[in-house]
Amino acid sequence: MSLLEFENVTLKFGGLTAVDDLTFEVEEGEVFAIVGPNGAGKSTVFNLISRFYDPYAGTIRFDGHDLLQVKPSGVAAYGVARTFQNIELFEHATVLQNLLVGRHRHRKTNLISEILFTPSARRQEIENREKVEEIIDFLDLQAFRDKMISGLPYGVRKVVEVARALATDPKLLLLDEPASGLSVEETTDMRWWIDDIRRQMGITVLMVEHDMGLVSGVSDRVLAMADGAKLALGTPTQVQSHPAVIEAYLGKAS
Amino acid sequence: MRIVFKTDYMQDIRPWKDIYQLGLYLILLVVVTTAPWWLDDFYLGELTNVLIWAIAGLGLMILTGHTGQASLGHAAFLAVGCYANVILIEAGVPFLIAFPLAGIITGIAGVTVAIPALRLHGIYLAIFTLALSVLMDDIIVLAEPVTGGVAGKYLGGVEIFGHLVDRWATPDQFFWLVLGVAVIVTLGYINLLRSPLGRSFIAVRDSEVSAQAMGVDIAQTKTISFALSCAVTGLAGALMGLYAGAFNNETFSVVISIQLLMMIVIGGLGSIHGAFLGAIVIGFLPQFLSISKEYVGAVIGGNTVAIPGLEFGIFGMILIAFILFEPMGMYGRWLKIRTWFELFPFYRKDMFKRQKSYLKTERLR
Repeated sequence: MSLLEFENVTLKFGGLTAVDDLTFEVEEGEVFAIVGPNGAGKSTVFNLISRFYDPYAGTIRFDGHDLLQVKPSGVAAYGVARTFQNIELFEHATVLQNLLVGRHRHRKTNLISEILFTPSARRQEIENREKVEEIIDFLDLQAFRDKMISGLPYGVRKVVEVARALATDPKLLLLDEPASGLSVEETTDMRWWIDDIRRQMGITVLMVEHDMGLVSGVSDRVLAMADGAKLALGTPTQVQSHPAVIEAYLGKAS
Repeated sequence: MRIVFKTDYMQDIRPWKDIYQLGLYLILLVVVTTAPWWLDDFYLGELTNVLIWAIAGLGLMILTGHTGQASLGHAAFLAVGCYANVILIEAGVPFLIAFPLAGIITGIAGVTVAIPALRLHGIYLAIFTLALSVLMDDIIVLAEPVTGGVAGKYLGGVEIFGHLVDRWATPDQFFWLVLGVAVIVTLGYINLLRSPLGRSFIAVRDSEVSAQAMGVDIAQTKTISFALSCAVTGLAGALMGLYAGAFNNETFSVVISIQLLMMIVIGGLGSIHGAFLGAIVIGFLPQFLSISKEYVGAVIGGNTVAIPGLEFGIFGMILIAFILFEPMGMYGRWLKIRTWFELFPFYRKDMFKRQKSYLKTERLR
């Protein structure tokens, strides 16, 4: 059984078919990339997994659970974490607080014990902080721990978003264009981090990315999409040399 | 420049940064607690009023400052708390039970309002709650058998363990009651902010999509926020009823709602300090104005005629000035001053520059 299964998923916005009969599987432990021209439906695939949209047809299964049965806020409980294409951090909170929100799915206390701040709430806080500090160490965010997000540069925000997703302790990490807007150096860092996330933490990564250098450097398999449909699926080299992919990006040779 | 070295997780979890800061707050608490011995009864009454407003401000701060849901209807919840308290006491329930019950009843009222309000954002939510505030006036008049209608209700002192606690007869006892409530509510608020629920409020305020992706149930979080906010406001309402003594449908008008919202904006949205600082401005501004009016009158020659609407005019100007020049309110300004001293001479002018000015709910959706 694969970790994530898309089976004949179709999504329509009015007359526009955003995702057209898409079927693919993500295996446990791999880095899986989705590429394609603008408007191909890559981010829509992410939003389907996050349950922001209800598919028109088809099933989405994660780790044996039918994702279509849960609310958007229930997806995280199964162990799916994500980042956003246009960074969606909690602006008026510190980096530490942002990461701690990531621990929300592990909350065991209730309203009363939190207002009284009972020893169990205290223990939970310490556990949360231990986990968050590990991630801060892992992604080299020590210098920004107590800084407000609103004062951070773009590149750091990108990393904080990855950190916040990691703080949820996910099985599957969805990265929506992790390298967009990053400098060459930052992209290289991101590449090693993705590699480490997979190797050290054992987290499966599904990413949407335009930077083919990053995609071919880090991913095991690549899915190429155009107009919501699957064009090609295979190793980065296979996909890059696939005639349908070349046609979608460059047009037909006359 | 003071640097705190962190060697323990508890240092971050504790509400105070270091012993020095804890000491300052304890001194403040002692000074305020002993107020009846060094303040005359008039100013003690004013201070009590400020504390009651601060409790109401804390209530609204949970909803507006931390969850980002603007409410122009909190006077309605003040009224619910006030009437619930009085009606329970009239039914023979002792104050110590009636008071928390009034809070719980208001919290439940808040939840019933929250359910339709969940679908509304920003300006629409503000209008919805504004309507609520207007509606409450009529509800009180229509429910005359219970509420006394236009004639209103009267509540003298209450008894706590045989002690008479009354605004006029025993102002110091009443002050300590209010102070006790304010301290308890503040401590609960601090605890909330350092636990997952408080952080999920902030998450909902700053980005609903990503809060959802982190496993925060938006509807549930907003409902809890409404409930807590209204419960605290209800407590403040009950105290306000005790303070005013007599009240009717016009006591908790829309103006009070607007004043409450202005108060927390001036004080500083999203901070506990903000509720208190804003309450000080709201509470002492009328006194300050009447004193300065006399002073100005004496200087320019005996003209001490009352100017209608002066208080609100000045209040409005203060609000506009804050939104233009210090969207983070008085507490934000204080943070800047403190940072200036702490970092001297390394403070930079753009250190607190924000991309967005204040309420995220201002974005129309």
